[in-house]
Amino acid sequence: MDSLLFAHQLRNRFGEVVSQPNQFRDEVTLIVSDPERIADVCAAAKKEFGFDYLKDISSVDNYGSDPRWTVVYHIYGYGHRCHLRLKTDVSEAKSELPTVAGVWRGADWHEREVYDMMGIRFRGHPDLRRILMWEGYPYFPLRKDFPLAGKSTDVPEVAFSNPAPLEGGPFVTTPGVGHAAAREPRAKVFEEKKA
Amino acid sequence: MQESTEIAYNSRVESDVVATRLDAALSWFRKNSLWPMPMGLACCAIELMATGASRFDIARFGAEVMRFSPRQCDVMIVSGTVTYKMATAVRRIYDQMCEPKWVIAMGACASTGGMYRSYSVLQGVDRVIPVDVYVAGCPTRPEALLDALIKLQSKIQKDAVLAKLKKAG
Repeated sequence: MDSLLFAHQLRNRFGEVVSQPNQFRDEVTLIVSDPERIADVCAAAKKEFGFDYLKDISSVDNYGSDPRWTVVYHIYGYGHRCHLRLKTDVSEAKSELPTVAGVWRGADWHEREVYDMMGIRFRGHPDLRRILMWEGYPYFPLRKDFPLAGKSTDVPEVAFSNPAPLEGGPFVTTPGVGHAAAREPRAKVFEEKKA
Repeated sequence: MQESTEIAYNSRVESDVVATRLDAALSWFRKNSLWPMPMGLACCAIELMATGASRFDIARFGAEVMRFSPRQCDVMIVSGTVTYKMATAVRRIYDQMCEPKWVIAMGACASTGGMYRSYSVLQGVDRVIPVDVYVAGCPTRPEALLDALIKLQSKIQKDAVLAKLKKAG
């Protein structure tokens, strides 16, 4: 058995909800067209196809295009040692999809991190709080429209934050959907400050 | 004139008597028994542990008694990245230390935020607590931390202890 076979089986099981498997450098990716079905697909992947380990959940901010969010699930089966990647797109207006914490308990903290950094909510999550930033922090700092330097905040007796002095430094990638080479920090031209 | 000679110089007690000012003696006591508060927050803390271990042996400078209670400490060694989430806790622990107290900012992160020019990291621990000695390094070598300790000792030696006590009433 290999990942591709499992991917085809998942597609047969769910039909049009699951895309044709996309294989790249021996890694197999499935796109789940309806984010509302992600928990069903995950449950089937675990119970019927032996993907008993959720390696990671990550999120992508496709700033400037719609749908804005992509949530990525990396799953693995200890029995058959196959990897699989599931992707699903979520619109910014919705920013919500069902939790998979009921399928893999490890999803609890992964989903909290996605919520903390990107502000995507997971419906039915047992304990959807921030995990890295403190309670009361008003922003989602891994969004592309959030400045790397940060913003001023203050939660008395808990924590404060101030923008870091970047001083025009070449640290910040331009957010957007253009070519990465044109958006990366070293592509920018900084004018020397005349003393 | 036998007696005056007796007071000025007595070969029997020569090596047992040190003439000094009380101020200098008090500072000397203080600087040679600094109990550090190991505020280990990141990789610099590993170097801090190395400094405390046998090879570098911070005991040679009288600062080997690491205490994890701020109430027993004299010098807080902030070793590592201070995040905004931790900044309030660092300040609180500093406030719980008894006077006199000093702070060493160990490494680039504790001194300036280091390479973390980002939303989550305090840009230098001196933004929440007063720092006496800054140490460069990423992470700081144990020799550099020992040098910082020696610098702090010479700073403490210059301290006018009695004058301060008098001022405080």
